[in-house]
Amino acid sequence: MFIINCPFCGERDQSEFSAGGEAHIIRPKQPTELSDDEWADFLFMRKNIKGIQFERWYHAHGCRKWFNVVRDTSNDKIHAVYKMGEKPPIK
Amino acid sequence: MKNNYSIISLLKNSLSYHENWQQAWRDPEPKKEYDAVIVGGGGHGLATAFYLAKKHKMKNIAVVEKGWIGGGNTGRNTTIIRSNYLWDASAGLYDHALKIWENLSLELNYNVMFSQRGVMNLAHNLQDVRDLKRRTHANRLNGIDAEWLSTEEVKKFCPIINTSPNIRYPVLGGTLQRRAGTARHDAVAWGYARGADEMGVDIIQNCEVKGIKRNGDNVEGIETIKGFIKTKKIGVVAAGHSSVIANMAGIRLPLESKPLQALVSEPVKPIIDTVVMSNAVHAYVSQSDKGELVIGAGTDAYVSYTQRGSHNIVEGTLKAILELYPIFSRMKMLRQWGGIVDICPDASPIISKTSIKGLYFNCGWGTGGFKATPGSGDLFAHTIANDEPHELNAAFNINRFISGDLVDEHGAAAVAH
Repeated sequence: MFIINCPFCGERDQSEFSAGGEAHIIRPKQPTELSDDEWADFLFMRKNIKGIQFERWYHAHGCRKWFNVVRDTSNDKIHAVYKMGEKPPIK
Repeated sequence: MKNNYSIISLLKNSLSYHENWQQAWRDPEPKKEYDAVIVGGGGHGLATAFYLAKKHKMKNIAVVEKGWIGGGNTGRNTTIIRSNYLWDASAGLYDHALKIWENLSLELNYNVMFSQRGVMNLAHNLQDVRDLKRRTHANRLNGIDAEWLSTEEVKKFCPIINTSPNIRYPVLGGTLQRRAGTARHDAVAWGYARGADEMGVDIIQNCEVKGIKRNGDNVEGIETIKGFIKTKKIGVVAAGHSSVIANMAGIRLPLESKPLQALVSEPVKPIIDTVVMSNAVHAYVSQSDKGELVIGAGTDAYVSYTQRGSHNIVEGTLKAILELYPIFSRMKMLRQWGGIVDICPDASPIISKTSIKGLYFNCGWGTGGFKATPGSGDLFAHTIANDEPHELNAAFNINRFISGDLVDEHGAAAVAH
């Protein structure tokens, strides 16, 4: 339970948002040429990090826009919020 | 040799005010090398060590645990045991465990308080009715006891349920597995720890793993805060922290870790003598032997390792509980907590070898691992000892995410995720 600073609406309760999982997983450019291993990697395998994680969020009960969040999953503290397509402000 | 627990030993020890009970397990320092090391001293890890020693005669093994025995999800779950899963592979896996549960107290000489009080799953809409009836038929074909109950039969089996047609999600019926029930979760960890220790297994508590040493595609040992331990076989049973260990070994797993909450009420006299679960409104409840209502809530829908969980999740569960059981409206909740569960995309576990020789993972049990503890330990021990899965866990290998041969149990996993 925490507050997320939506880049479009401002600070709102987390319950207004849906988590979209790990960010920056790039959709395969040529899906027909992917091996089963590569498909599994794209679809299922996750870093599932304990610590600083880059992730996507969706303001489902608000502006209904997607954006990125940098959050520490060990204590739920949010370090940065940035829009889709932008470079992460933190390494 | 451990002294036998019995009514006679209880009487004998009462004469010395219970101050001279034999130590249940030792507290050893790690040796330099073991034939196998189990990472994680929860129920599944201890059961694995127990069956490695008992069935596969591997005596030189260790269990390393970051905290204390049974202090993780083993002591945080809502203790429900059942085997009414849909697919053949799952039915085989979970019923194997249930059969071991039925004789576990004798096998361990430790009372795990296994109580076959039945588990009832409620249907609240037509799709629930279809799904649950289908699952009942599938269970019966697999030799698992399952019954469909009408609304009246639900009411008769558990009279405190509000079966009025005027509630928001009326009860349209339910299924019942009479062989299902509950057990005391701490006792399971302690019983397996005592049994494994007796056969020479070193249980090393407060020993966090810091790294996994690889030599190419083989494992060489583990780095811990108590030093390096050499071993050729590592069995990881770290539940919500499986991905943390996997990252140390340089592999990725198809897991997401999320907080799952539970809560208990103040103790009251016996009021509910079974376990009732409801997927659709997400409420499940049973009563502990101390008299507390044991209530399971849902997972937070995002990755987190915080072991607490959000208030709105508990609120939603309690709303549903109150509509189904108006009699609980003045109960006070005493404690609430969270545990971190590792969820697979198909809501089925992984009991498997990995691409690294000597590294085995038993994970992905998500919201429902407790029920499988003895079976999981037995099959994981087989997998580690033989470097091959048992036929009952062959379908639960990690390669199913590559082949696409998933075991989708989202319907039978009682917590929606």
